[in-house]
Amino acid sequence: MKKRLRRTMMYVPGNNPNMLAEAHIYGADSLMFDLEDSISLSEKDSARLLVYNAIKSIDYGETEIVVRINGLDTPFGRNDIKAMVRAGADVIRLPKTETAKDVLDVEEIIEEVERNSSRPIGSTKMMAAIESPLGVINAVEIAKASSRLIGIAIGAEDFVTNMKTKRSPEGIELLYARSQILIAARAAGICALDTVYSDVNNEEGFRKEVKLIKQLGFDGKSIINPRQIAPVHEIYAPTEKEIEHSKRVIRAIKEAEEKGLGVVSLKGKMVDKPIVERAERILELARACGMEKEGE
Amino acid sequence: MEIIRTGMAGTMESSDINVVIEKQEAKGIKIYLNSSVEKQFGDQIRKVILETLEDLKVTNVVVRAVDRGALDCTIRARVQSAVMRAANKENELDWEVL
Repeated sequence: MKKRLRRTMMYVPGNNPNMLAEAHIYGADSLMFDLEDSISLSEKDSARLLVYNAIKSIDYGETEIVVRINGLDTPFGRNDIKAMVRAGADVIRLPKTETAKDVLDVEEIIEEVERNSSRPIGSTKMMAAIESPLGVINAVEIAKASSRLIGIAIGAEDFVTNMKTKRSPEGIELLYARSQILIAARAAGICALDTVYSDVNNEEGFRKEVKLIKQLGFDGKSIINPRQIAPVHEIYAPTEKEIEHSKRVIRAIKEAEEKGLGVVSLKGKMVDKPIVERAERILELARACGMEKEGE
Repeated sequence: MEIIRTGMAGTMESSDINVVIEKQEAKGIKIYLNSSVEKQFGDQIRKVILETLEDLKVTNVVVRAVDRGALDCTIRARVQSAVMRAANKENELDWEVL
């Protein structure tokens, strides 16, 4: 499967035709159409149909389409899955995931719908949002629950409320949960997405948080406004120096392979697998940012 | 699909269409359309409304639609929602017919 960058995953309320039609033009890596918290109980049915028809009709190009469904403990979750799998959503995002069973229950319905429709079995991917202390404790088993999972995400608002605290600019209250989710994601070989930053007008605070989560190791961030896309992509963009170094690493390892050598040194430093992986990721990011062309 | 009450879906926001479906005793489908793009797209909007009703096997209804420049996919979604609400089957949609 092609590797995908998920620096930005932008929330789009599922009952807004204007935003559903235009959200992809801003350049977020993924769009997350929401059927859950942003939709009132009386509009769940119409949002589901609106998103269903939008996904079937609108050409979103290379943008990944994720749909956040309602939980299976509501009267809406099962219908959301039936509709979104048929519509062709790339990823179904589960809210408030607490156990591996939550993932498996949704997977079972996805597979049933794939069997009864024209979609190839296994083509619908999944993502789990972890938003509670129990979910954080079970993060490892959640992350490993299904081969359909492409990532796990932390949802901070519910989490801090459960923890009897509130969010701070430094984010110290989230450090354990963020770290646990990251380690679980990395152990399972899937993506880790950070939570939203709700104060759209505080760009300085937003940038600070993005730098923090990038340093921790997150693949990207859930965002709520197109204005938040550029700062994230900018912060995630590699520097010229990093790109040049990465190219040298790749060249050195290719030369070593041609000579049949397992290990190579570059300017006196050993180049091994983790360094090559990091270089590949930097070049992948550089290409996504338009700093490098494919194949360079 | 049996229409048993008046069903409404959609808003008056830009790019949306507000659709009301009412049961009528007379045979056929009557569409009253008010659209900001009536001159250019009136026929296309009516066509999408009619096709959507046909797919859902709905007959003998009055449709009142106020359009604010909705895409075809939005028109289809709002007609489907209004019909399902009018049939009291909001959560029983047969996805195979859509």
